Amino acid sequence: MAYEKKHAEHAPAGHSGHNEEHFREKHLMLDPLPRGQMNEMVMDSMHTTSWKFWVVFGVLSAIVVYGLFYSWGVMIAEGLGVAGVNRPSYWGIFLVNTVFWIGISHAGTFISAILRVFKAEFRRPFTRAAELMTTFGLVQAGFSIFMHMGRVWLSYWLFPYANQRMLWPNLHSPLSWDLLAITTYLLSSTMYLFLPLIPDLAMARDRSNGWRKTFYKVLALGFRGTEGEWTHLRNAMNIFAFAIIPVMFSVHTIVSWDFAAATRPGWNSTIFGPYFVVGALHSGMGAVVMVLAVVRGTMKNMKYFIRPEHFEAIGKLMLIISMAWAYFFFNDYMVQWYGGDKWTKQLLHFHEAGPMGWMWFAMLIFNIAIPWAVLWNARWRSTPWIVFTVGLLINVGMWFERYIIIPISLSINRMPFTWRLYQPGIEIPLGIGTLAFFILLYMAASRLIPLIPVWEVQEGQMAHELKKFGRETVVTVSELE
Amino acid sequence: MMATLADLKISEVKLSEEQGGKWGMVIDQDICTGCQACVAACAMENNLTFVGEEDAAYGRTMHWIRIERFWEGEYPEVKMTPNQPMLCQQCGHAPCEPVCPVFATVHSQAEQLNLQVYNRCVGTRYCANNCPYQVRSFNWRDYERPEPLPNQFNPDVTVRRRGVMEKCTFCIQRIHKAQDKAKSEGREVVDGEFTTACAQACPANAITFGRMDDHESLVSQLAKQAHGVKHLEELGTLPSVTYFKGG
Repeated sequence: MAYEKKHAEHAPAGHSGHNEEHFREKHLMLDPLPRGQMNEMVMDSMHTTSWKFWVVFGVLSAIVVYGLFYSWGVMIAEGLGVAGVNRPSYWGIFLVNTVFWIGISHAGTFISAILRVFKAEFRRPFTRAAELMTTFGLVQAGFSIFMHMGRVWLSYWLFPYANQRMLWPNLHSPLSWDLLAITTYLLSSTMYLFLPLIPDLAMARDRSNGWRKTFYKVLALGFRGTEGEWTHLRNAMNIFAFAIIPVMFSVHTIVSWDFAAATRPGWNSTIFGPYFVVGALHSGMGAVVMVLAVVRGTMKNMKYFIRPEHFEAIGKLMLIISMAWAYFFFNDYMVQWYGGDKWTKQLLHFHEAGPMGWMWFAMLIFNIAIPWAVLWNARWRSTPWIVFTVGLLINVGMWFERYIIIPISLSINRMPFTWRLYQPGIEIPLGIGTLAFFILLYMAASRLIPLIPVWEVQEGQMAHELKKFGRETVVTVSELE
Repeated sequence: MMATLADLKISEVKLSEEQGGKWGMVIDQDICTGCQACVAACAMENNLTFVGEEDAAYGRTMHWIRIERFWEGEYPEVKMTPNQPMLCQQCGHAPCEPVCPVFATVHSQAEQLNLQVYNRCVGTRYCANNCPYQVRSFNWRDYERPEPLPNQFNPDVTVRRRGVMEKCTFCIQRIHKAQDKAKSEGREVVDGEFTTACAQACPANAITFGRMDDHESLVSQLAKQAHGVKHLEELGTLPSVTYFKGG
């Protein structure tokens, strides 16, 4: 027995010959707890709030009030002159942040919808954490794009609304497509977040009192868990999971068209669509893993739900996406370089050897070299803080990538007389404000809604079973749906 | 393959005939002295704002026309190239127009010019990014005009506020005035009857403005000269401004 246990610890994952205890320890799906206890654990994690939480909450609120609302107010009152955007970099960090936050929001739906469609079992405990990221990320993207506008108080002109003068938005403009795509994505991803939440809200409703009871009662829409309700819920979730995947691909492709459809050297690239989708997944997966590491490290009872196996599985995905990103990056670079256009060549040289060349190299190191060097190792990618660091660096690298595409590529154009480097101004507090607001929304949500989809975990645990065939312990999964 | 290329050429010619500007300009870089009189005249005529020292140092000066100066070679063998006045080229096929989400930059059917509708602009600045000539100016703030500048506003031109894009209009207010006058007298606009502020102010007569659809006009005669070039013509923008250099 002692030998077996020792042996099992050293055996790589998937190797036969583990004993049952080892399986239980490793896999959440094979380690069932009584349903009542598990529900209590999730409720408990929502209700246990230490003073540290409130300190962080207070600091972030102050940052949001100053960075987001005050600074934006100043900018609206004074004009965009307080920002660093200037000819020729008419688009700066605002647009970088918009693309960045839309990218972050991608992985939520990716993990949730694609893994649900493919029935990947490891997704079960963290689909909600990922979906929340989608919704909250899109909120920040919305903030960033509206900040960017010169006359934000007239932003409703971008929407097709009936008016006396019969003036409609210009559907030739990629920005109009962008607005439609982002709105569609926000609506559908919010609904997709809400559907699997209903049974958990009902669970929370039955286990709380006071204002929380009313809150959950309203949100749970009277869900009682009858067979008919479950059938409807499953059908709706299935439809949404399939429907949201093309929406997700379209959104970031359309975001890339803001650049690809323009006449600028360095932007006018036909591969930008898939390149941006993969880039979004790259930063999004990094963000999911960071959220999971923080949730596991700071919230009560989360070590049971989020285990090294989940970091290991996401780590693999991160590695694959990093490789895909490297491929698209190389393809984009290669074709532009080979094209030999005078201005494009100059721009590529400016990227690498210009005053911001360090950013170009940092991007490659953070997005390719570090993930490849770290994530190949199963033990490293099962360690939360290591994957957290890699995820953080990937996000920094992907932010750099957008920064290189937008303000750095804009500083050089076909009119050398206007060349000028971009220096951010009030964009910095505003950008930090969106980041703080994202974390703040997430923290508030972690107190209000169950971060773990309990019913999904329980469903998975019911489907999984350990069986013994002779001396071999085998995991079996039955089809429940 | 050759046939397709030839077809393409034909369609390009058609495009330029259909969409080429009604109004055009010829700028002779060889006689331009770089005195900036056109820049000042344009600012006066079109109520351009005065951005002040700080913003000017940051590169936010508002000009609809600018004199670009370049030099060749290393010090001490530096050679200046001819001054290059750069303004909106009033493209027949303008990259700025399709990208505006609210139709704030549109092509006028009557004058064949690119118009900027100030009170429709919401300030996405996409048009300025997509302009290969980088001739659009953005109102980064509401700038104060020091005395006595507020006393010389041109009543024919809108004063723009913060958050709005603007650019050269080929002095459309002068075009309209001349057209109205000609119409009331029952005739066509005569060549040389009026000109833009920049052309009027140029002491060297380096800028010529007029009707391109009138084959007898001075500007269309000049534009046919063999050494005339149009900037970034390879992008298919069909610019209305012809430059002479090294003639």
